[in-house]
This record gives sequence, structure tokens and C-alpha cells, in this order.
Amino acid sequence: MTETTARKPIRASRPARDARILGIGGYRPARLVPNAEIVERIDSSDEWIRTRSGIASRRWANDEETVVAMSVAASGKALAHAGLTPDQIGCVVVSTVTHLYQTPSAAAEIAYKLGTDRAAAFDISAACAGFCYGLSLGADMVRCGSAEHVLVIGVERLSDLTDQTDRSTAFIFADGAGAAVIGPSSEPAIGPVVWGSDGEHLDLIRQREEWREAMFAPEGPRIPHLVMQGNAVFRWASFEMAKVAREAIEAAGITPADLDLFVPHQANMRITDAMARAMKLPESVVTARDIVEQGNTSAASIPLAIERLLETGQARSGDLALLIGFGAGLVYAAQVVRIP
Amino acid sequence: MASTEEIRSDLADIVNEVAGVPAADVQLDKSFTDDLGMDSLGMVEVVVAAEEKFGVKIPDDQVKNLATVGDAVAFIERAGA
Repeated sequence: MTETTARKPIRASRPARDARILGIGGYRPARLVPNAEIVERIDSSDEWIRTRSGIASRRWANDEETVVAMSVAASGKALAHAGLTPDQIGCVVVSTVTHLYQTPSAAAEIAYKLGTDRAAAFDISAACAGFCYGLSLGADMVRCGSAEHVLVIGVERLSDLTDQTDRSTAFIFADGAGAAVIGPSSEPAIGPVVWGSDGEHLDLIRQREEWREAMFAPEGPRIPHLVMQGNAVFRWASFEMAKVAREAIEAAGITPADLDLFVPHQANMRITDAMARAMKLPESVVTARDIVEQGNTSAASIPLAIERLLETGQARSGDLALLIGFGAGLVYAAQVVRIP
Repeated sequence: MASTEEIRSDLADIVNEVAGVPAADVQLDKSFTDDLGMDSLGMVEVVVAAEEKFGVKIPDDQVKNLATVGDAVAFIERAGA
């Protein structure tokens, strides 16, 4: 034994750097379902649905439009927008609650089918906050160097877990995929995340029962549908989330008047409007309203809404956008980002 | 302590901001749903804004009892605004 042996240092990660969203892409299922198609099953009307939610139509996926297929399509568009090829992706993060396999992950299959070079891949479960959770993870990976480029995907087939006769959910939930590519930046372009959970209220939005109970129900196997307490969720989302949104604005070192865009999870137009009022957002801020045609696509709704704002010219590259996701858990995350 | 009229007037401003109902229409005998055209989500917004404005707590299970503007004003008065 010598006493002079120094502990050998290991190489550090690269020094921290800034991150930005480089590209956004979405996939909207082909089948458009207007309110007229669902009102009978829930004893409702087109006007009632529009007044309560702002929703005029939603899209439901067919058998070919799987979680993986929709994700690959959305990711291809996001990569093209970013000017990157799949082999440049170091990690794939997928947020979904409707990939109906416990294992393997959707992310690993998507990474393979997209043609990445064995990118790291995993799924996360953060419901309607999933895109903002994934964005936070991806940004930190780029900042600290565990990946050069990260693909963050929010994807859902909520129609698979929706009770089409449930008056509180049948007109809201929808299907789709949205993806974002995150990479290095010469300046900060993804603000600090403000996030958290409130498990005390896990009963407000949830799967009604666990899969085993549904499989072995005495009256035969059934789907464990998603259930929601609308008014309580409305109160939490509109007012508690407005506080979180304001914190994210402060954390980014800006004021509401500096924002160009407000892109909340497209949960319900009434929530969006109430939140904007509670935040006292200036009228100059463009608010995403993708929900009108698309319904509530959970983790996919924010990237889909950004894509539509870009396509319609309401958003421009370089705009500052406030993103906030919130949902079952309850969980939430918000950050200010620069639009690619 | 605020007068009944002061509470009604402040509540009318809240209803106007939330639902776009002219404040002058928000009188004590008016029903939130039948006369002012408000739904349950609008009521949630009014309740939260009223709690903040008047410094009172209006429990969820009480909201359904607040059928008229007068009911709401009376509740807020009892709750100590």
C-alpha cells in the first residue's frame, strides 16, 4: 500500500450551456368528429358543448393511427423543421397515458422506427402536463450534455379510454401527437420550469379502476375509463394554475407584456379564458385556441397548438411563449420559451 | 362592514367581468342561471373572485344554494364581509 495514490478523477460532463426548441411538428388523425356525431349519446347539443368547452370538433384515431405511428409522423415534421436527421437525436422522451403496454416503452419503438442511431428512449407519465415535463427534462439533458439533441413527444389516443356515454368527458377527449426537438443554444431560450404535484387531489382526474379490476370484473372484462370532476378541475386549473403561470413569467425575468403567445394545455376554452383573466394577460398576447377543432389531446395539445399558430401566421420564429401543462395527478409545469 | 348595496355592486362588477352581463342587470332578485344566463363554470369563477374580493370562504357544497344574487349577497354578509 502506498500513501501517495491519489483518487483518480473521472471526466466531468461538458460545462452547462443553454437550450432551445429547434423544431415543432404535429400529427392530427384523419377522422374529424363534429359535435353532431356525439350529442345523442350524451343527451346534449352542439351549443351546450361549445358553451361549456369551446369545442366544435375533435379528431379520433383509427386502428392504423397508433401511438407509435402518430409519434413517428409528428417527429418527422419536427426534425424537418429543426433541419436535423434522426441520427442526430440522442434521447427520445415520450409522454403518454394511452400507450396500453406496461412495457416496452413507446419511446424505444419510436426511436427505432424513426431511424435514430440507438438513441436513449423512455416514457414518462405526467398526463396533460407531460409535454412541459418532457421539455424540462430535455432542456436539462441538453444543458448538461447527456444528449446533444432530445426529441420530446406528447401523444395520446384518449378515445380508447373514454366512455362515450359519459357527459363530463365524452365531448372533451381526443387523439393526436406533437413533437419538439431540443438542442443547444447560444442564448437562454427555455426559461426555468415551475412545476410540482398535488397528489391530495388525485381523484379529480383518473382512470376509474386499475386494469386487473377491469379485466376480472364479475360482469366480464371492461375498459377502465377516464373520469373527471369537471367543476373542481375547472377551479383548480383556472386559478391555481394562473398563479403557477405568473411564477413562470417571473422566473424567466420578464413581465406579461413581454409575451407574444400564451399556449396553455388545451383542456377547455373556459379554463383558458378564466386563466388569462386571472393572470391579467394583456390583450396583445395571442392565445392558442387549437381546442376548437382538435378537442383535448392531453400531452399532445401544446405542441399541436404551437404548430397551428405557426401555420396560421399567428406565431413567428423568435416569439416568446408561455407554456403551461396541468392534469391528472394532479401535476403541473410551466415555462417561457422562444418559438423556433 | 360593507352595506348590502356595496356588496351587490361589487358582485355585479364581478359578474360583468366573468360573464359579460351588464352590471346594472345584477339585482338582488335575479337568478344567476335563469335571468343572467350563467352556468356552473361561470358560477365557479364568480365564487372564486368573490372569495378574493370579500375575504370570505364559500364552500363548494354551498354554491348550489346561491340561486339568486340576493342569496349570494346574504351569504357574503353572514360570512362577515
